[in-house]
Amino acid sequence: MSGILVYALHYEGQINKNSLGAVSEGARLASELGTECHVVVVGDKAGLPDDVLAGLGRYGAAKVYRAEGPEGLAQPVVDAMAQIVQSGGHEYVMFGGGLLGFEIGAGLAARLDAGVCMEVTEVKVEDGKLVARRPILQDSQVSDVHYRSGVGVIIGRLNAFELRETGGGDAAVEDVQVDYAPHSLRATMVERGEQRGADVNIEDADILIAGGRGLGKAEGFEALEELAGALGGAVAATRAVVDAGWYPYAAQIGQTGKTVAPKLYLAAGISGAIQHKVGMQGSDNIVAINKDSNAPIFEFSDLGIVGDLNKIVPKLTEAVKARRGA
Amino acid sequence: MKICVLVKEVPDAAVEKRINPSTGRLDRSGERNLNPFDTHAIEAAMQLKEGGAIDVDEVVAVTMGPETAVRALHKAVSLGADRSRHLTDDALAGSDVNGTGYALAKVLEAEQPDLVLLGQQSDDGECYTIGAVVADHLRMPSLTQVINIEVEDGKLRCERQAEYGYDTVLVELPAVISVGDAINEPRYPSLKAIMGAKKKPLESVSAADAGIEADRVGYDNARAHCADFAAPPAKSAGQIIEDEDTNETVEKIVAWLDERKLLA
Repeated sequence: MSGILVYALHYEGQINKNSLGAVSEGARLASELGTECHVVVVGDKAGLPDDVLAGLGRYGAAKVYRAEGPEGLAQPVVDAMAQIVQSGGHEYVMFGGGLLGFEIGAGLAARLDAGVCMEVTEVKVEDGKLVARRPILQDSQVSDVHYRSGVGVIIGRLNAFELRETGGGDAAVEDVQVDYAPHSLRATMVERGEQRGADVNIEDADILIAGGRGLGKAEGFEALEELAGALGGAVAATRAVVDAGWYPYAAQIGQTGKTVAPKLYLAAGISGAIQHKVGMQGSDNIVAINKDSNAPIFEFSDLGIVGDLNKIVPKLTEAVKARRGA
Repeated sequence: MKICVLVKEVPDAAVEKRINPSTGRLDRSGERNLNPFDTHAIEAAMQLKEGGAIDVDEVVAVTMGPETAVRALHKAVSLGADRSRHLTDDALAGSDVNGTGYALAKVLEAEQPDLVLLGQQSDDGECYTIGAVVADHLRMPSLTQVINIEVEDGKLRCERQAEYGYDTVLVELPAVISVGDAINEPRYPSLKAIMGAKKKPLESVSAADAGIEADRVGYDNARAHCADFAAPPAKSAGQIIEDEDTNETVEKIVAWLDERKLLA
């Protein structure tokens, strides 16, 4: 039979939100194709109880394959999915946005000699086949991707697939024994999910002042904290500066960080790479300050200021304080 | 041991990229340069070589691309690679991710590297996936977006940020590792290295030389076929202020925020 197989990432007993979005989308497409949406999870069986997996039926999954295996690494999942596709005859495999989905999807494409499309924002059915739409060239164009292989791999962009409860009943849970390839077991997790830096809360803030590499140094965040204080908001950061240790991971926006949609998002010294954009493009008002007039962030900001943030931010803080009568 | 670094020639950041409507492929005319993300992979190779924790005999730069891609190899060599290998063949033009990863893996198979390094993404194609494709073909463990590598008992202790925070993964060699740009600050090549780059060994190989099956590469054999290019729904352009007089700029920002009731 044909069908759509979706990978669901989990951590500490919870299924990833982007994975649930992919399951919802997979179920929608499967029903349009007249087939079923199946899900695969890989991990420690104790952390994947029947009720959690059966509950994926609410998002439209008909069956969940549970494979005992290493967690948080891509290659064991490639083995599991390749095995399930080969016996189950699935025509498409899908992933929600995220780092692991990119790695698994690409590895699986190699294994199955399948076409792969990443950063997918929309999938539609045409003549009984799935067509994936992805933005290209810094989102200045979109392209429709048609698969010319037995299996098509669809890797969603972060937050592209909406989470939808279909009101379906429990999914069937089936344990599968996976024959892991030797190379898949030659990378081992030493520590997973280490939180670096303070545990700050940015998700409840109506106003976010975000800093990127353009701040020049860690101390650059002090001026942003003062501006955030004056505006009554919180401070966020890009991955580049979090990786550099300038600001806590808990404040990171984008691909492997938080997704936010505040009333005001002020980006200081942020170029606006896609991985950042996907985590904040839903903000009501986007203001960008950057000295490079070609920075991609100006393509999707409502107000762009081309200039030196070291000059502008302190003066803006003073002006906001004066205006708000603080 | 031998490290192979995968590099790519991409349009210069200042060149406006566009799709050629008649071919449906990226218009690759104009200034071109070494993919900036790749310089971090070369630097990571050099730091392993110079670090002494593991014996590195040779760093080899490998690329696939048209004749002009030689310049990317020269740049890679000027940054420290000992020699380079250029997979070039008209039959490879227009390959998708699947075909490109397969073709590169065939070249790497012949080199038998202990470690393959690459940058986290290409500046033009916006995909982060070639490393995982190559690794599956080579049957090597793999990790992408690594921001720290330490040698530990002949294995690599790698750190990277993933969905739930920072992961530390121990990877056995041989392996394929893609590095994030936070991993290092690439060095600038010396004038001497730039001048000497063209004298370092560079071997050109065709698809047939590398044992690449013709029906797995090239535009016509792409498993994922891109078509129907279109402009996305237009977002109304934002207002732009060039900061000349900062006091005036700040006044305009405050007024703008005020209008939207963001200073309440």
